[in-house]
Amino acid sequence: MTTYHFLQLYWWAIVSVLGAALVFLMFVQGGQTLLGGVARTEDEKKLLLGLFGHKWELTFTTLVTFGGAAFASFPLFYSTSFGGAYWLWIIILLSFVVQAFSYEFRNKEKNLLGRKTYDIFLKLNGLLGTILVGVAVATFISGGNYAMDKMSLTVPSANIVSYWTNDYRGLELIFKPFNLLLGIVVFLAARTLGMLYVYGQCSKMEGDTASDIAARCQSRLKVTALGFVVFFVAFVVCMFLSAGYRVDTSSAAFNGTDGPIVEEKYAYLHNMLSHWWIAAIFLAGVVIVLSGLGRALLRGKPSFYLTGLGVFLAVWGILLDIGFGDMAYFHSLNDVQSSLTLYNSSSSLYTLKTMAWVSLAVPFVILYIGYVWKKMTAVK
Amino acid sequence: MLLSSLVDASRLQFALTAMYHWLFVPLTLGLGILIAIFETKYYRTNDESWKKLTQFWSRIFAINFACGVATGIILEFEFGTNWSNYSWFVGDIFGAPLAIEGIFAFFLESTFFAVMYFGWNKVSKGFHLLSTWLTAIGANISAYWILTANGWMQNPVGVAFNPATARNEMVDFWGIVFSSTTITKFSHSVLSGFLVASIVVIAISCWYLKKQRNHEFSMRSIKYAAVFGLFSIFMLMVTGHSSAVTVAKTQPMKLAAMEGLYRGENGTPLVGIGILNPKKEYDNDEKPYLFHISFPKGLSFLANMDFDSFVPGINDIIEGGYKYVDKNGEERTAISFQEKVERGNMARRALELYGQHKDNPDTNIRNQVLAQAQQYLDDNFEYFGYGFLKDPKESIPNIPMTFYSFRIMVTLGGYFIVFLLACFWLWKKKVIEKKKWFIFLAIVSVPLVYICAEAGWIVAEVGRQPWTIQDLLPVQASVSGVSSGNVWTTFIIFAVLFTTLLIAELKIAFNQIKKGPEGIKWN
Repeated sequence: MTTYHFLQLYWWAIVSVLGAALVFLMFVQGGQTLLGGVARTEDEKKLLLGLFGHKWELTFTTLVTFGGAAFASFPLFYSTSFGGAYWLWIIILLSFVVQAFSYEFRNKEKNLLGRKTYDIFLKLNGLLGTILVGVAVATFISGGNYAMDKMSLTVPSANIVSYWTNDYRGLELIFKPFNLLLGIVVFLAARTLGMLYVYGQCSKMEGDTASDIAARCQSRLKVTALGFVVFFVAFVVCMFLSAGYRVDTSSAAFNGTDGPIVEEKYAYLHNMLSHWWIAAIFLAGVVIVLSGLGRALLRGKPSFYLTGLGVFLAVWGILLDIGFGDMAYFHSLNDVQSSLTLYNSSSSLYTLKTMAWVSLAVPFVILYIGYVWKKMTAVK
Repeated sequence: MLLSSLVDASRLQFALTAMYHWLFVPLTLGLGILIAIFETKYYRTNDESWKKLTQFWSRIFAINFACGVATGIILEFEFGTNWSNYSWFVGDIFGAPLAIEGIFAFFLESTFFAVMYFGWNKVSKGFHLLSTWLTAIGANISAYWILTANGWMQNPVGVAFNPATARNEMVDFWGIVFSSTTITKFSHSVLSGFLVASIVVIAISCWYLKKQRNHEFSMRSIKYAAVFGLFSIFMLMVTGHSSAVTVAKTQPMKLAAMEGLYRGENGTPLVGIGILNPKKEYDNDEKPYLFHISFPKGLSFLANMDFDSFVPGINDIIEGGYKYVDKNGEERTAISFQEKVERGNMARRALELYGQHKDNPDTNIRNQVLAQAQQYLDDNFEYFGYGFLKDPKESIPNIPMTFYSFRIMVTLGGYFIVFLLACFWLWKKKVIEKKKWFIFLAIVSVPLVYICAEAGWIVAEVGRQPWTIQDLLPVQASVSGVSSGNVWTTFIIFAVLFTTLLIAELKIAFNQIKKGPEGIKWN
């Protein structure tokens, strides 16, 4: 393996870590969907949002860093997906924008739009933000309607490097059953984690408000968690039965950057089976999620961190499966040979090396986030 | 026509987002530092009044912080959604500062902001102080990385074009991070944020004095804000001059647009006050100004530190033929616009040739053609972007917008020097509350300082048109393949959303100011 390809894999793993962390941290979005159903009175809503008040920035920052890392390491993905599936990404962004100021403005006097409006924004972010992030991730497997030609810059009248081939600009992706399936999985995962977090925190508090919320969370958790497991299993089955695309690196036409891309049946299943450690991460994630949910449902233990760890590992395993093994991680539905692979879409060796040095700071970042999280989550 | 509409819509949307973002961010940059200083006083003295003072300004900071974050995320992703060609062409360089900003600065800022705002009763006094400083430092480090990316677009150093991938690739990370453009851009932008914060703090404090309340709170705030503001405004003068020197070397057309200068000369004057002649075009004989008062030889000194040096005007740049020292310190003769277009086209054709032959099975022919194409690219790539232009007019930015914005920025900058000196003097004499005219000026200064900050960005960004990357990629070759209708729709959505956001923020902030530092017994 060349140093260059090693760094491409390394950066795919890092971007996948950020993607998995984002899905885990969307427990904040999941928690927001509890407004109205679980948190009914104003006191209950204030308590609920207070639990997430100093956590939403972390989810937001992870999304921003995910975007920055994807841009730095795989600029052709950034260019193709964001510039092509325009409306999908714009709606995701809008849902996060309204979340940011809802948290800061909702409880302030003279906030122009009134609390109910900010509650609607938060619920919209909880619902749309999660489902659409799931839809966007699903396109790694289901593909997108784009075509690409890096040399198009030489044609002044038609110089778009990658372009979407229909006028729906990503809206059509939302209505694909497979994409929607993952969207629902992410939504249910976020809601389940949100419930577990709220349940865990409220169980430690005194007073009727907290205990009412905790009781409602516990009673609703069964349906949500069960739904999450059922939809997740359905998604995994669909993914493993899907065809995928790989770069044929054994072909004489492969030059280290571009090469023929070929279709393969059950590619994601084969890929996982041929990378035992990815399978181990994925299976460990699934087992931990199930044990976390089992503890919560059968023994009444909150298990937020345990289930969250499981979600993180399962998502990380799926994302690694999508990019490793010479897979085309975002294939073109119009021209398979335009599909994005780690080889043809990454930054240069120099940039990946430089960024690899930067990535050494990540453990320190995780450490101080963990320390602050512990301090700020302590119930007083 | 359709492309033009798409480019206009994309530019307008980006400008809208950037300008709204810059309404919220500068206050965060400066106020964070002031709050950290106030809290340090509290930590040292254990005086509760310093704590209340810190908490009050923290609230103003927090209201602003969310809006900055919300508009910032749109900016980051707009590079992909609206400028996808650009994202590929220079993503290898541009993406890195954005990622580093996230990892090093944004996490720092947002993690410790939570402690700063919510952690008063959850962490120790020392840890809270550390968090406040880290939030303030994080915000400014964040600005550094973003301005590294912006500075690189204005002065693309440390890169090489790779024809095999048809993009620019980074070859000198530290050269990009510490380029003269980055350093001047960062220092000038951040200092303008410090100035904004100083003026806002002084204005709110003066309003309290006018209302005869929170006297001690206000006098303390004014003292620190005035000193901080004076430091900022004098440093702004220094960095403003450095910016002009850098612009003269790397973006001569921008400097010419800032001055409405069509014909340069040895000892070029600097226009102090002027009205542009709206009929003036680069290819007619109209006079450039209807009226102007200029400082003799001022522009030559500003640009080159030499009163008798030559500063090229718009026509000089289009026609070429004058001597200049390039950014590498080498003396060269400027080539005309037409020659630049020809050399840009040669580079583009060389790339086309490279693309056609890179997979040629005949090794001899391939190697020969690729080597020749590479040579052509090496010789001409610095003018690659001109291959997308036809008419010299396309290379000229909007002169009135650049010219007047520059004058607004400089005039207001001059006003703030006088204002802050007066503020410090009146504070020292303890007579501010008696000077109604000053209190009025302080309150009026808040919109003025924002106009000043926005005008600076208009000069920087409008003045560099038509380039997204100076000389290498014009805006029309940078956009995504989205239809203009889609972009106009999102433009309207963003305009409504950001305006609502701004109104809500102002209402909440005004209410917070009206309520004052709650529970603090100052008098």
